[in-house]
Amino acid sequence: MSLAIHTDMKEQAPAPVDAPALEAKVSVRRLSFYYGAYRALADNNVELYKNKVTAFIGPSGCGKSTLLRIINRIYDLYPNQRAEGEVLLDGENILRPKQDLNLLRAKVGMVFQKPTPFPMTIYDNIAFGVRLYEQLSKADLDARVEEALRRAALWDEAKDKLNASGLSLSGGQQQRLCIARTIAIKPEVILLDEPCSALDPISTAKIEELIDVLKRDYTIAIVTHNMQQAARTSDFTAFMYLGELIEVDETTRIFTNPKQQRTQDYITGRFG
Amino acid sequence: MAGIAATPRYHRRRWRSHLATALSIGAAGFGLTWLVLILLVLVVKGVGGLSPSVFTEMTPPPGGAGGLLNPIMGSLMLTVLAVLLGTPLGMLAGTYMAEYGRYSKLTMVVRFINDILLSAPSIVIGLFVYEIMVARMGHFSGWAGVVALAIIVIPVVVRTTEDMLLLVPTALREASAALGVPQWLVIRHISYRAARAGIITGVLLAIARITGETAPLLFTALNNQFFSWNMNAPMASLPVVIFQFALSPYEDWQQLAWTGALLITATVLGLSIIARMLTSKKVLT
Repeated sequence: MSLAIHTDMKEQAPAPVDAPALEAKVSVRRLSFYYGAYRALADNNVELYKNKVTAFIGPSGCGKSTLLRIINRIYDLYPNQRAEGEVLLDGENILRPKQDLNLLRAKVGMVFQKPTPFPMTIYDNIAFGVRLYEQLSKADLDARVEEALRRAALWDEAKDKLNASGLSLSGGQQQRLCIARTIAIKPEVILLDEPCSALDPISTAKIEELIDVLKRDYTIAIVTHNMQQAARTSDFTAFMYLGELIEVDETTRIFTNPKQQRTQDYITGRFG
Repeated sequence: MAGIAATPRYHRRRWRSHLATALSIGAAGFGLTWLVLILLVLVVKGVGGLSPSVFTEMTPPPGGAGGLLNPIMGSLMLTVLAVLLGTPLGMLAGTYMAEYGRYSKLTMVVRFINDILLSAPSIVIGLFVYEIMVARMGHFSGWAGVVALAIIVIPVVVRTTEDMLLLVPTALREASAALGVPQWLVIRHISYRAARAGIITGVLLAIARITGETAPLLFTALNNQFFSWNMNAPMASLPVVIFQFALSPYEDWQQLAWTGALLITATVLGLSIIARMLTSKKVLT
């Protein structure tokens, strides 16, 4: 396992120290997606830029979550789901058949709509993933767990009950636990699939602040139904409709001066 | 609230609702009555024979004094070994069906066959094991009894394992896969943990089921008047001894049969109550 990681790292181009303003971390090229015979995505192209937050908006069923679920190939868990086209992560096509899915998912983390704490302690919820990839001493593992919880803004609330069940936390805390669990294994890209839709406004605000902090280190994609949230948290916004990317641009431009009429109609609430 | 009058239609519906409730309560009461009567008879007839000698002495010859030590120990050994043999097989099959082969044709076939096995008359299973083991080995044996009971355990465990694993939310599996956790670790650390109470309940129910089985043992382990650790020889068990003693004309044998029946029933009742308590907690603990 560790050998595979090292060889993989060697193959990667070294990241430039002075990152240019926009560097594509993930490039989606001519991507189509099928649920059986039903085509849910048709020929989409979009980039996720390094250290930027890209929001995906659009009415229900437009393919936002489907697109996100391709980037870590979580759709692979199900038969009859199929992607065509290319998704390049650092220039490598992750849709190629020989892609190691577990290594891909360690690099591309995902947080889901509903909080999904594992049926184990808060500590183990985070340590579980870390232990798969690294053999750390108890002290180092403790430090990693603390770091992840601090970064997810959960440390103060959880530090005195690390051995309590993850299910004992509130919904908002559970969702931050899931974020902590994701960043603990040090991914490069984080996919957030409507991470706040089950949360109250206070928890939502906490997670939005968190996204702002996290983008310093990660490339982030967020699917949201809440246009204010897209406007608040993202640098780029992609508007999707019926399986197609209608328009992708800087968030400020999408929300003030979209080029497409359909984007304009959606963000002003005329449909969807 | 205001504005809705109690119309005749409303009254009719209310009356029908009361009728349905009364019928349901009546049906439940009818079933419960017989259960309580059976338990009462068992306790009344069985308690008299409960004495330390039941647990310390062998089954007596007609007219002699004795206990049920050899059938109690025999039943324990047969049950424990059958569960040890049947549970891993059942759990592995159930795990395949719920986790690896969820969408495969093989799973549908196995599920269908398993359902047939689940409702197969136990005497048929006894005869089957008689043919493949007892007849070939030339003698009755404890091992044959173990195999017969294990064949009864397997479908119960397969079914509950599959059902309980299917209850584990897909979101939990996706979340673990999204961390890059290999599937077998997801099953071991997430699915099993989430389904633990349910799977244990299934095993307990399987134990309860085989504790009272007589027919498969009549054809396999048969009986033994003496205490025996030898699984290659015939072995006593409570159900078979009850069968034999209850049909006998001797009063002291009949008394021991009642006492044995009380012991089995109490065991099954206890196991069922534990299983109930385990499942009444949330599936995810």
